Amino acid sequence: MIYRFLDGLGRYFLFLGEVFHKPEHGREYLKSFFRELELLGFSSIALVSFISVFMGAVLTIQTAINLDDPFVPDSYIAIAVREGIVLEFAPTIVSLILAGKVGSNIASTLGTMRVTEQMDALRVMGINPASYLVLPKLFACLLFNPILIVFSMALGLVGGYYAGDFLNLVNTEVFLSGYFMEFNPFYIVYSLTKATVFAFIIATVSAYFGYNVEGGAVEVGKASTKSVVAMSFTIILFNYILTDLLLQ
Amino acid sequence: MIQVRGIHKSFGEQHVLRGIDVDFHEGQCNLIIGLSGSGKTVLLKSVLGLHSVDQGTISFDGRVLGDMGKKEVKVLRQEMGMVFQGSALFNSLTIAENVRLPLDFFGDMTEAEKDERVRFCLERVRIDPESFSKTPAELSGGMQKRVAIARAIVLNPKYLFCDEPNSGLDPETAIVIDQLIHEITHEFGMTTVINTHDMNSVLEIGDHVILMEKGVKAWEGTMEEVMDSDDSAVVEYVFRSNLFKKLRAALKKA
Ligand SMILES: Nc1ncnc2c1ncn2[C@@H]1O[C@H](COP(=O)(O)OP(=O)(O)OP(=O)(O)O)[C@@H](O)[C@H]1O
Ligand SMILES: [Mg+2]
Repeated sequence: MIYRFLDGLGRYFLFLGEVFHKPEHGREYLKSFFRELELLGFSSIALVSFISVFMGAVLTIQTAINLDDPFVPDSYIAIAVREGIVLEFAPTIVSLILAGKVGSNIASTLGTMRVTEQMDALRVMGINPASYLVLPKLFACLLFNPILIVFSMALGLVGGYYAGDFLNLVNTEVFLSGYFMEFNPFYIVYSLTKATVFAFIIATVSAYFGYNVEGGAVEVGKASTKSVVAMSFTIILFNYILTDLLLQ
Repeated sequence: MIQVRGIHKSFGEQHVLRGIDVDFHEGQCNLIIGLSGSGKTVLLKSVLGLHSVDQGTISFDGRVLGDMGKKEVKVLRQEMGMVFQGSALFNSLTIAENVRLPLDFFGDMTEAEKDERVRFCLERVRIDPESFSKTPAELSGGMQKRVAIARAIVLNPKYLFCDEPNSGLDPETAIVIDQLIHEITHEFGMTTVINTHDMNSVLEIGDHVILMEKGVKAWEGTMEEVMDSDDSAVVEYVFRSNLFKKLRAALKKA
Protein backbone atom coordinates (compact mmCIF):
# COMPACT_ATOMS: atom_id res chain seq x y z
CA MET A 1 0.00 0.00 0.00
CA ILE A 2 2.70 2.48 1.07
CA TYR A 3 4.93 1.08 -1.66
CA ARG A 4 2.22 1.60 -4.24
CA PHE A 5 1.66 5.15 -3.08
CA LEU A 6 5.37 6.02 -3.30
CA ASP A 7 5.64 4.31 -6.67
CA GLY A 8 2.72 6.37 -7.94
CA LEU A 9 4.23 9.54 -6.53
CA GLY A 10 7.52 8.83 -8.30
CA ARG A 11 5.72 8.23 -11.58
CA TYR A 12 3.77 11.42 -11.10
CA PHE A 13 6.98 13.44 -10.86
CA LEU A 14 8.48 11.68 -13.89
CA PHE A 15 5.27 12.54 -15.72
CA LEU A 16 5.66 16.20 -14.72
CA GLY A 17 9.18 16.06 -16.14
CA GLU A 18 7.74 14.98 -19.46
CA VAL A 19 5.04 17.63 -19.36
CA PHE A 20 7.48 20.47 -18.71
CA HIS A 21 9.28 20.17 -21.99
CA LYS A 22 10.04 23.38 -23.75
CA PRO A 23 7.34 23.64 -26.42
CA GLU A 24 8.95 23.82 -29.85
CA HIS A 25 5.87 24.92 -31.67
CA GLY A 26 4.63 27.72 -29.48
CA ARG A 27 1.91 28.76 -31.86
CA GLU A 28 0.25 25.34 -31.79
CA TYR A 29 0.38 25.29 -28.02
CA LEU A 30 -1.17 28.74 -27.91
CA LYS A 31 -4.01 27.68 -30.21
CA SER A 32 -4.64 24.70 -28.00
CA PHE A 33 -4.47 26.91 -24.90
CA PHE A 34 -7.34 29.07 -26.14
CA ARG A 35 -9.39 25.99 -26.93
CA GLU A 36 -8.82 24.71 -23.41
CA LEU A 37 -9.68 28.06 -21.88
CA GLU A 38 -13.08 27.79 -23.48
CA LEU A 39 -13.47 24.11 -22.63
CA LEU A 40 -12.20 24.13 -19.05
CA GLY A 41 -12.73 27.73 -17.97
CA PHE A 42 -15.69 29.51 -19.51
CA SER A 43 -17.85 26.43 -19.38
CA SER A 44 -17.58 26.37 -15.58
CA ILE A 45 -18.87 29.89 -15.00
CA ALA A 46 -22.53 28.93 -14.71
CA LEU A 47 -21.87 26.14 -12.24
CA VAL A 48 -19.58 28.27 -10.09
CA SER A 49 -22.10 31.14 -10.08
CA PHE A 50 -24.93 28.92 -8.97
CA ILE A 51 -22.92 27.31 -6.20
CA SER A 52 -21.46 30.58 -4.95
CA VAL A 53 -24.73 32.47 -4.65
CA PHE A 54 -26.37 29.70 -2.67
CA MET A 55 -23.26 29.07 -0.59
CA GLY A 56 -23.26 32.74 0.46
CA ALA A 57 -26.97 32.60 1.20
CA VAL A 58 -26.68 29.55 3.42
CA LEU A 59 -23.71 31.04 5.26
CA THR A 60 -25.67 34.19 6.08
CA ILE A 61 -28.70 32.26 7.28
CA GLN A 62 -26.64 29.97 9.49
CA THR A 63 -24.53 32.74 10.93
CA ALA A 64 -27.53 35.01 11.54
CA ILE A 65 -29.37 32.25 13.37
CA ASN A 66 -26.36 31.36 15.48
CA LEU A 67 -25.55 34.96 16.37
CA ASP A 68 -29.14 35.95 17.07
CA ASP A 69 -28.25 38.18 20.01
CA PRO A 70 -29.23 41.86 20.43
CA PHE A 71 -25.67 42.68 21.54
CA VAL A 72 -24.06 41.36 18.33
CA PRO A 73 -24.48 43.92 15.55
CA ASP A 74 -25.40 42.64 12.12
CA SER A 75 -22.08 43.91 10.81
CA TYR A 76 -20.38 41.13 12.75
CA ILE A 77 -22.51 38.58 10.95
CA ALA A 78 -21.35 40.11 7.67
CA ILE A 79 -17.71 39.86 8.75
CA ALA A 80 -18.13 36.20 9.64
CA VAL A 81 -19.83 35.49 6.31
CA ARG A 82 -17.14 37.38 4.42
CA GLU A 83 -14.25 35.56 6.10
CA GLY A 84 -15.95 32.23 5.56
CA ILE A 85 -16.38 32.87 1.87
CA VAL A 86 -13.01 34.46 1.18
CA LEU A 87 -10.87 32.14 3.27
CA GLU A 88 -12.48 28.80 2.75
CA PHE A 89 -15.65 28.44 0.76
CA ALA A 90 -14.62 30.15 -2.46
CA PRO A 91 -11.10 28.73 -2.80
CA THR A 92 -11.50 25.28 -1.29
CA ILE A 93 -15.08 24.23 -1.96
CA VAL A 94 -15.12 25.66 -5.46
CA SER A 95 -11.77 23.96 -6.19
CA LEU A 96 -13.18 20.66 -5.00
CA ILE A 97 -16.14 21.13 -7.30
CA LEU A 98 -13.84 22.04 -10.19
CA ALA A 99 -11.85 18.89 -9.43
CA GLY A 100 -15.05 16.96 -10.01
CA LYS A 101 -15.98 18.82 -13.18
CA VAL A 102 -12.76 19.96 -14.86
CA GLY A 103 -10.48 17.28 -13.40
CA SER A 104 -12.63 14.34 -14.37
CA ASN A 105 -13.03 15.89 -17.81
CA ILE A 106 -9.25 16.08 -18.24
CA ALA A 107 -8.77 12.52 -16.99
CA SER A 108 -11.39 11.02 -19.27
CA THR A 109 -10.34 13.07 -22.30
CA LEU A 110 -6.71 12.02 -21.98
CA GLY A 111 -7.69 8.44 -21.08
CA THR A 112 -9.84 8.17 -24.19
CA MET A 113 -7.03 9.56 -26.31
CA ARG A 114 -4.71 6.97 -24.81
CA VAL A 115 -6.91 3.92 -25.43
CA THR A 116 -7.93 5.01 -28.93
CA GLU A 117 -4.24 5.38 -29.89
CA GLN A 118 -4.50 9.14 -30.42
CA MET A 119 -1.45 9.52 -28.19
CA ASP A 120 0.47 7.08 -30.39
CA ALA A 121 -0.67 9.06 -33.41
CA LEU A 122 0.91 12.17 -31.90
CA ARG A 123 4.12 10.33 -31.10
CA VAL A 124 4.37 9.00 -34.65
CA MET A 125 4.14 12.59 -35.84
CA GLY A 126 7.01 13.46 -33.52
CA ILE A 127 4.85 15.43 -31.08
CA ASN A 128 5.35 14.86 -27.35
CA PRO A 129 1.79 14.05 -26.22
CA ALA A 130 2.43 14.73 -22.53
CA SER A 131 3.56 18.25 -23.13
CA TYR A 132 1.30 19.11 -26.08
CA LEU A 133 -1.85 17.83 -24.40
CA VAL A 134 -1.21 18.77 -20.78
CA LEU A 135 0.61 22.12 -20.82
CA PRO A 136 -2.26 24.05 -22.43
CA LYS A 137 -4.74 22.50 -19.99
CA LEU A 138 -2.47 23.29 -17.06
CA PHE A 139 -2.04 26.93 -18.05
CA ALA A 140 -5.75 27.28 -18.74
CA CYS A 141 -6.45 26.06 -15.20
CA LEU A 142 -3.70 28.17 -13.62
CA LEU A 143 -5.03 31.27 -15.29
CA PHE A 144 -8.73 30.68 -15.07
CA ASN A 145 -9.29 28.97 -11.73
CA PRO A 146 -8.14 31.99 -9.69
CA ILE A 147 -10.43 34.17 -11.80
CA LEU A 148 -13.30 31.79 -11.10
CA ILE A 149 -12.49 31.91 -7.40
CA VAL A 150 -12.54 35.73 -7.29
CA PHE A 151 -15.79 35.62 -9.19
CA SER A 152 -17.12 33.09 -6.68
CA MET A 153 -16.16 35.35 -3.75
CA ALA A 154 -18.04 38.26 -5.26
CA LEU A 155 -21.15 36.22 -5.98
CA GLY A 156 -20.97 34.56 -2.57
CA LEU A 157 -21.06 37.97 -0.90
CA VAL A 158 -23.95 39.05 -3.11
CA GLY A 159 -25.83 35.86 -2.30
CA GLY A 160 -25.20 36.37 1.40
CA TYR A 161 -26.49 39.92 1.27
CA TYR A 162 -29.66 39.08 -0.58
CA ALA A 163 -30.46 36.11 1.65
CA GLY A 164 -30.23 38.38 4.67
CA ASP A 165 -32.41 40.96 2.99
CA PHE A 166 -34.94 38.59 1.50
CA LEU A 167 -35.50 36.58 4.68
CA ASN A 168 -35.41 39.67 6.88
CA LEU A 169 -32.62 38.25 9.00
CA VAL A 170 -30.49 41.38 9.20
CA ASN A 171 -30.56 45.11 8.95
CA THR A 172 -29.22 45.38 5.41
CA GLU A 173 -27.38 48.68 5.84
CA VAL A 174 -25.51 47.56 8.92
CA PHE A 175 -24.85 44.19 7.32
CA LEU A 176 -23.47 45.73 4.15
CA SER A 177 -21.15 48.03 6.11
CA GLY A 178 -19.82 44.91 7.83
CA TYR A 179 -18.55 43.58 4.51
CA PHE A 180 -16.10 46.49 4.41
CA MET A 181 -14.97 46.47 8.04
CA GLU A 182 -11.64 45.24 9.36
CA PHE A 183 -10.64 43.65 6.12
CA ASN A 184 -7.21 42.04 5.92
CA PRO A 185 -6.05 42.20 2.29
CA PHE A 186 -3.58 39.40 2.90
CA TYR A 187 -6.54 37.05 3.02
CA ILE A 188 -7.00 37.59 -0.69
CA VAL A 189 -3.35 36.70 -1.29
CA TYR A 190 -3.78 33.60 0.85
CA SER A 191 -6.92 32.63 -0.98
CA LEU A 192 -5.50 33.11 -4.45
CA THR A 193 -2.35 31.21 -3.50
CA LYS A 194 -4.58 28.33 -2.53
CA ALA A 195 -6.59 28.64 -5.72
CA THR A 196 -3.42 28.52 -7.83
CA VAL A 197 -1.95 25.53 -6.02
CA PHE A 198 -5.28 23.71 -6.26
CA ALA A 199 -5.46 24.51 -9.98
CA PHE A 200 -2.04 22.93 -10.43
CA ILE A 201 -3.18 19.87 -8.50
CA ILE A 202 -6.39 19.56 -10.50
CA ALA A 203 -4.70 19.82 -13.89
CA THR A 204 -1.68 17.63 -13.24
CA VAL A 205 -3.18 14.89 -11.06
CA SER A 206 -6.11 14.35 -13.40
CA ALA A 207 -3.79 14.42 -16.41
CA TYR A 208 -1.51 11.87 -14.76
CA PHE A 209 -4.38 9.45 -14.23
CA GLY A 210 -5.77 9.95 -17.73
CA TYR A 211 -2.40 9.75 -19.43
CA ASN A 212 -1.54 6.40 -17.88
CA VAL A 213 -4.76 4.52 -18.63
CA GLU A 214 -4.25 1.06 -20.02
CA GLY A 215 -7.09 -0.95 -21.50
CA GLY A 216 -10.43 0.30 -22.73
CA ALA A 217 -13.46 2.41 -21.95
CA VAL A 218 -14.02 0.78 -18.55
CA GLU A 219 -10.50 1.69 -17.44
CA VAL A 220 -11.04 5.27 -18.60
CA GLY A 221 -14.06 5.53 -16.29
CA LYS A 222 -12.14 4.01 -13.41
CA ALA A 223 -9.19 6.34 -13.95
CA SER A 224 -11.53 9.32 -13.94
CA THR A 225 -13.04 8.24 -10.61
CA LYS A 226 -9.65 7.52 -9.09
CA SER A 227 -8.38 10.89 -10.20
CA VAL A 228 -11.25 12.70 -8.46
CA VAL A 229 -10.49 10.84 -5.23
CA ALA A 230 -6.78 11.62 -5.51
CA MET A 231 -7.40 15.28 -6.31
CA SER A 232 -9.82 15.75 -3.40
CA PHE A 233 -7.39 14.10 -1.03
CA THR A 234 -4.46 16.22 -2.24
CA ILE A 235 -6.46 19.45 -2.19
CA ILE A 236 -7.60 18.91 1.40
CA LEU A 237 -4.06 18.03 2.44
CA PHE A 238 -2.57 21.12 0.79
CA ASN A 239 -5.35 23.24 2.20
CA TYR A 240 -4.09 22.31 5.64
CA ILE A 241 -0.41 22.75 4.76
CA LEU A 242 -0.91 26.16 3.11
CA THR A 243 -3.09 27.43 5.91
CA ASP A 244 -0.48 26.38 8.42
CA LEU A 245 2.28 28.08 6.41
CA LEU A 246 0.49 31.28 5.44
CA LEU A 247 -1.82 32.14 8.29
CA GLN A 248 0.21 31.27 11.37
CA MET B 1 13.59 0.16 -47.99
CA ILE B 2 13.19 -0.70 -44.34
CA GLN B 3 15.49 -3.43 -43.04
CA VAL B 4 14.59 -5.27 -39.87
CA ARG B 5 17.32 -7.45 -38.43
CA GLY B 6 17.03 -9.84 -35.51
CA ILE B 7 14.55 -7.93 -33.37
CA HIS B 8 13.29 -9.30 -30.10
CA LYS B 9 10.65 -7.78 -27.88
CA SER B 10 9.28 -8.99 -24.56
CA PHE B 11 6.60 -7.64 -22.26
CA GLY B 12 7.58 -8.94 -18.84
CA GLU B 13 7.73 -12.72 -19.13
CA GLN B 14 6.00 -12.76 -22.48
CA HIS B 15 8.41 -13.05 -25.40
CA VAL B 16 6.33 -11.54 -28.21
CA LEU B 17 8.84 -11.01 -31.04
CA ARG B 18 11.46 -13.76 -31.25
CA GLY B 19 14.06 -12.69 -33.76
CA ILE B 20 12.64 -11.24 -36.94
CA ASP B 21 14.55 -10.50 -40.15
CA VAL B 22 12.58 -8.88 -42.90
CA ASP B 23 12.88 -6.26 -45.63
CA PHE B 24 10.02 -3.95 -46.54
CA HIS B 25 10.44 -2.87 -50.14
CA GLU B 26 10.05 0.55 -51.65
CA GLY B 27 7.05 1.24 -53.87
CA GLN B 28 5.28 -1.88 -52.65
CA CYS B 29 2.55 -2.87 -50.26
CA ASN B 30 4.26 -5.12 -47.73
CA LEU B 31 1.56 -7.15 -45.98
CA ILE B 32 2.04 -8.74 -42.60
CA ILE B 33 -0.48 -11.50 -42.03
CA GLY B 34 -0.91 -13.94 -39.18
CA LEU B 35 -3.25 -15.10 -36.46
CA SER B 36 -4.47 -12.78 -33.75
CA GLY B 37 -1.78 -12.45 -31.10
CA SER B 38 1.07 -13.45 -33.41
CA GLY B 39 2.72 -10.08 -32.82
CA LYS B 40 1.81 -8.09 -35.92
CA THR B 41 0.93 -4.90 -34.11
CA VAL B 42 3.94 -5.16 -31.84
CA LEU B 43 6.19 -5.60 -34.91
CA LEU B 44 4.66 -2.58 -36.60
CA LYS B 45 4.95 -0.41 -33.50
CA SER B 46 8.52 -1.54 -32.96
CA VAL B 47 9.45 -0.53 -36.49
CA LEU B 48 7.78 2.82 -35.86
CA GLY B 49 9.76 3.27 -32.68
CA LEU B 50 6.65 3.32 -30.49
CA HIS B 51 8.00 0.24 -28.70
CA SER B 52 11.69 0.07 -27.90
CA VAL B 53 13.09 -3.30 -28.95
CA ASP B 54 15.21 -5.48 -26.65
CA GLN B 55 17.56 -6.60 -29.40
CA GLY B 56 18.16 -6.09 -33.09
CA THR B 57 18.23 -3.17 -35.50
CA ILE B 58 15.80 -1.38 -37.77
CA SER B 59 17.11 0.82 -40.53
CA PHE B 60 15.33 3.19 -42.88
CA ASP B 61 17.27 3.45 -46.14
CA GLY B 62 20.48 2.95 -44.22
CA ARG B 63 19.60 5.13 -41.24
CA VAL B 64 19.56 3.01 -38.12
CA LEU B 65 16.83 3.79 -35.59
CA GLY B 66 18.52 4.15 -32.22
CA ASP B 67 21.84 5.40 -33.65
CA MET B 68 20.31 8.67 -34.69
CA GLY B 69 20.48 12.02 -32.99
CA LYS B 70 17.36 13.90 -31.98
CA LYS B 71 17.38 16.01 -35.14
CA GLU B 72 17.64 13.01 -37.43
CA VAL B 73 14.84 11.22 -35.59
CA LYS B 74 12.70 14.27 -36.10
CA VAL B 75 13.40 14.27 -39.83
CA LEU B 76 12.59 10.56 -39.96
CA ARG B 77 9.32 11.10 -38.07
CA GLN B 78 8.19 13.50 -40.74
CA GLU B 79 8.86 10.85 -43.36
CA MET B 80 6.51 8.42 -41.61
CA GLY B 81 2.75 8.22 -41.71
CA MET B 82 0.58 5.84 -39.78
CA VAL B 83 -3.03 4.73 -40.13
CA PHE B 84 -4.17 3.27 -36.83
CA GLN B 85 -6.57 0.39 -36.40
CA GLY B 86 -9.27 2.62 -34.91
CA SER B 87 -8.30 5.60 -37.10
CA ALA B 88 -7.17 7.57 -34.02
CA LEU B 89 -8.49 10.87 -35.32
CA PHE B 90 -8.40 13.69 -32.79
CA ASN B 91 -12.01 14.08 -31.80
CA SER B 92 -11.69 17.66 -30.60
CA LEU B 93 -10.63 18.76 -34.08
CA THR B 94 -12.54 18.91 -37.35
CA ILE B 95 -11.66 16.68 -40.30
CA ALA B 96 -9.68 19.43 -42.01
CA GLU B 97 -7.89 20.35 -38.77
CA ASN B 98 -6.95 16.71 -38.23
CA VAL B 99 -5.28 16.51 -41.60
CA ARG B 100 -3.74 19.93 -41.13
CA LEU B 101 -2.13 19.27 -37.75
CA PRO B 102 1.10 17.71 -39.08
CA LEU B 103 1.46 20.65 -41.48
CA ASP B 104 0.98 23.14 -38.66
CA PHE B 105 3.70 21.44 -36.70
CA PHE B 106 6.20 20.60 -39.37
CA GLY B 107 5.32 22.10 -42.72
CA ASP B 108 6.99 25.36 -43.72
CA MET B 109 4.05 26.40 -45.82
CA THR B 110 1.90 29.49 -45.95
CA GLU B 111 -1.68 29.21 -44.71
CA ALA B 112 -2.99 29.14 -48.27
CA GLU B 113 -0.58 26.39 -49.26
CA LYS B 114 -1.64 24.37 -46.21
CA ASP B 115 -5.32 24.75 -47.12
CA GLU B 116 -4.51 23.62 -50.62
CA ARG B 117 -2.53 20.59 -49.42
CA VAL B 118 -5.30 19.57 -46.97
CA ARG B 119 -7.87 19.84 -49.72
CA PHE B 120 -5.70 17.86 -52.13
CA CYS B 121 -5.17 15.01 -49.64
CA LEU B 122 -8.81 14.82 -48.59
CA GLU B 123 -9.96 14.82 -52.19
CA ARG B 124 -7.39 12.19 -53.01
CA VAL B 125 -9.10 9.87 -50.52
CA ARG B 126 -12.50 10.98 -51.88
CA ILE B 127 -13.84 12.94 -48.95
CA ASP B 128 -16.21 15.59 -50.24
CA PRO B 129 -15.68 19.20 -49.14
CA GLU B 130 -18.96 19.31 -47.18
CA SER B 131 -17.39 16.96 -44.65
CA PHE B 132 -14.22 19.03 -44.10
CA SER B 133 -15.70 20.94 -41.18
CA LYS B 134 -17.39 17.96 -39.52
CA THR B 135 -15.96 16.24 -36.49
CA PRO B 136 -14.73 12.63 -36.70
CA ALA B 137 -17.73 11.38 -34.70
CA GLU B 138 -20.03 12.58 -37.49
CA LEU B 139 -18.40 10.30 -40.09
CA SER B 140 -18.86 6.61 -40.79
CA GLY B 141 -16.04 4.17 -39.97
CA GLY B 142 -15.02 3.92 -43.61
CA MET B 143 -14.83 7.69 -43.99
CA GLN B 144 -12.82 7.97 -40.78
CA LYS B 145 -10.33 5.49 -42.21
CA ARG B 146 -10.01 7.58 -45.32
CA VAL B 147 -9.44 10.74 -43.31
CA ALA B 148 -6.80 8.85 -41.31
CA ILE B 149 -5.10 7.95 -44.59
CA ALA B 150 -5.24 11.58 -45.70
CA ARG B 151 -3.65 12.66 -42.43
CA ALA B 152 -0.96 10.00 -42.79
CA ILE B 153 0.05 11.12 -46.28
CA VAL B 154 -0.24 14.88 -45.81
CA LEU B 155 3.51 15.35 -45.24
CA ASN B 156 4.27 13.22 -48.28
CA PRO B 157 5.84 10.40 -46.29
CA LYS B 158 8.36 7.90 -47.61
CA TYR B 159 7.05 5.24 -45.25
CA LEU B 160 3.40 4.46 -44.65
CA PHE B 161 2.20 2.09 -41.93
CA CYS B 162 -1.33 0.74 -41.61
CA ASP B 163 -2.61 -1.42 -38.76
CA GLU B 164 -5.55 -3.42 -40.08
CA PRO B 165 -6.82 -0.64 -42.32
CA ASN B 166 -10.00 -2.50 -43.24
CA SER B 167 -11.02 -4.12 -39.99
CA GLY B 168 -14.62 -3.34 -39.13
CA LEU B 169 -15.50 -2.33 -42.67
CA ASP B 170 -17.92 -4.02 -45.06
CA PRO B 171 -16.24 -6.01 -47.87
CA GLU B 172 -16.88 -3.38 -50.48
CA THR B 173 -15.49 -0.48 -48.45
CA ALA B 174 -12.59 -2.69 -47.42
CA ILE B 175 -11.64 -3.18 -51.07
CA VAL B 176 -11.92 0.54 -51.72
CA ILE B 177 -9.57 1.29 -48.82
CA ASP B 178 -7.12 -1.41 -49.89
CA GLN B 179 -7.02 -0.11 -53.42
CA LEU B 180 -6.62 3.43 -52.22
CA ILE B 181 -3.57 2.48 -50.18
CA HIS B 182 -2.21 0.48 -53.09
CA GLU B 183 -2.66 3.34 -55.55
CA ILE B 184 -1.09 5.86 -53.23
CA THR B 185 1.85 3.58 -52.55
CA HIS B 186 2.62 3.17 -56.24
CA GLU B 187 1.80 6.76 -57.13
CA PHE B 188 4.23 8.22 -54.60
CA GLY B 189 6.73 5.34 -54.41
CA MET B 190 6.22 4.81 -50.70
CA THR B 191 7.39 1.92 -48.59
CA THR B 192 4.08 0.72 -47.20
CA VAL B 193 3.67 -1.82 -44.40
CA ILE B 194 0.20 -3.16 -43.69
CA ASN B 195 -1.06 -5.49 -40.97
CA THR B 196 -4.07 -7.45 -42.00
CA HIS B 197 -6.27 -10.48 -41.35
CA ASP B 198 -8.00 -10.15 -44.62
CA MET B 199 -7.08 -12.77 -47.26
CA ASN B 200 -8.88 -10.65 -49.78
CA SER B 201 -6.32 -7.88 -49.23
CA VAL B 202 -3.54 -10.37 -49.75
CA LEU B 203 -4.90 -11.25 -53.17
CA GLU B 204 -5.74 -7.65 -54.08
CA ILE B 205 -2.65 -5.75 -53.05
CA GLY B 206 -0.10 -8.22 -51.62
CA ASP B 207 3.02 -7.14 -53.49
CA HIS B 208 5.07 -8.69 -50.72
CA VAL B 209 3.49 -10.92 -48.08
CA ILE B 210 5.00 -11.84 -44.73
CA LEU B 211 3.40 -14.52 -42.58
CA MET B 212 3.94 -14.20 -38.85
CA GLU B 213 3.53 -17.08 -36.46
CA LYS B 214 4.05 -16.80 -32.70
CA GLY B 215 6.54 -13.98 -32.98
CA VAL B 216 8.63 -15.28 -35.87
CA LYS B 217 8.45 -14.89 -39.61
CA ALA B 218 7.10 -18.20 -40.93
CA TRP B 219 7.06 -17.42 -44.64
CA GLU B 220 7.35 -14.62 -47.16
CA GLY B 221 6.62 -14.21 -50.84
CA THR B 222 4.32 -12.53 -53.36
CA MET B 223 0.56 -12.93 -53.63
CA GLU B 224 0.96 -15.31 -56.56
CA GLU B 225 3.30 -17.44 -54.51
CA VAL B 226 0.81 -17.58 -51.63
CA MET B 227 -1.67 -19.44 -53.81
CA ASP B 228 0.91 -21.96 -55.05
CA SER B 229 2.92 -22.45 -51.91
CA ASP B 230 3.07 -25.87 -50.30
CA ASP B 231 4.74 -24.46 -47.21
CA SER B 232 2.95 -25.92 -44.21
CA ALA B 233 2.62 -22.56 -42.41
CA VAL B 234 0.97 -20.98 -45.43
CA VAL B 235 -1.30 -23.94 -46.03
CA GLU B 236 -2.33 -23.92 -42.41
CA TYR B 237 -3.01 -20.18 -42.24
CA VAL B 238 -4.39 -19.41 -45.67
CA PHE B 239 -6.27 -22.56 -46.47
CA ARG B 240 -8.18 -23.05 -43.26
CA SER B 241 -11.37 -21.82 -44.82
CA ASN B 242 -13.30 -24.07 -47.16
CA LEU B 243 -13.54 -21.34 -49.73
CA PHE B 244 -9.80 -21.14 -50.12
CA LYS B 245 -9.40 -24.92 -49.97
CA LYS B 246 -11.79 -25.28 -52.89
CA LEU B 247 -10.23 -22.38 -54.73
CA ARG B 248 -6.83 -23.96 -54.43
CA ALA B 249 -8.04 -27.35 -55.54
CA ALA B 250 -9.66 -25.73 -58.57
CA LEU B 251 -6.47 -23.82 -59.38
CA LYS B 252 -4.35 -26.95 -59.12
CA LYS B 253 -6.71 -28.77 -61.49
CA ALA B 254 -6.57 -25.97 -64.00
N1 LIG C 1 1.70 -3.06 -24.49
C1 LIG C 1 1.68 -4.38 -24.26
N2 LIG C 1 1.94 -4.87 -23.03
C2 LIG C 1 1.95 -6.20 -22.80
N3 LIG C 1 1.68 -7.12 -23.72
C3 LIG C 1 1.40 -6.73 -24.95
C4 LIG C 1 1.39 -5.33 -25.30
N4 LIG C 1 1.10 -5.22 -26.61
C5 LIG C 1 0.93 -6.49 -27.06
N5 LIG C 1 1.12 -7.39 -26.08
C6 LIG C 1 1.02 -8.85 -26.24
O1 LIG C 1 1.75 -9.24 -27.37
C7 LIG C 1 1.09 -10.27 -28.09
C8 LIG C 1 0.96 -9.91 -29.55
O2 LIG C 1 0.07 -8.84 -29.67
P1 LIG C 1 -0.23 -8.07 -31.01
O3 LIG C 1 -1.12 -6.94 -30.66
O4 LIG C 1 1.03 -7.75 -31.72
O5 LIG C 1 -1.04 -9.16 -31.84
P2 LIG C 1 -1.59 -9.01 -33.28
O6 LIG C 1 -0.89 -10.02 -34.12
O7 LIG C 1 -1.54 -7.62 -33.74
O8 LIG C 1 -3.08 -9.48 -33.08
P3 LIG C 1 -4.42 -8.88 -33.71
O9 LIG C 1 -4.49 -9.50 -35.07
O10 LIG C 1 -5.48 -9.40 -32.82
O11 LIG C 1 -4.33 -7.41 -33.73
C9 LIG C 1 -0.26 -10.45 -27.41
O12 LIG C 1 -0.21 -11.67 -26.70
C10 LIG C 1 -0.39 -9.29 -26.48
O13 LIG C 1 -1.00 -9.70 -25.29
MG1 LIG D 1 -3.01 -6.05 -34.06
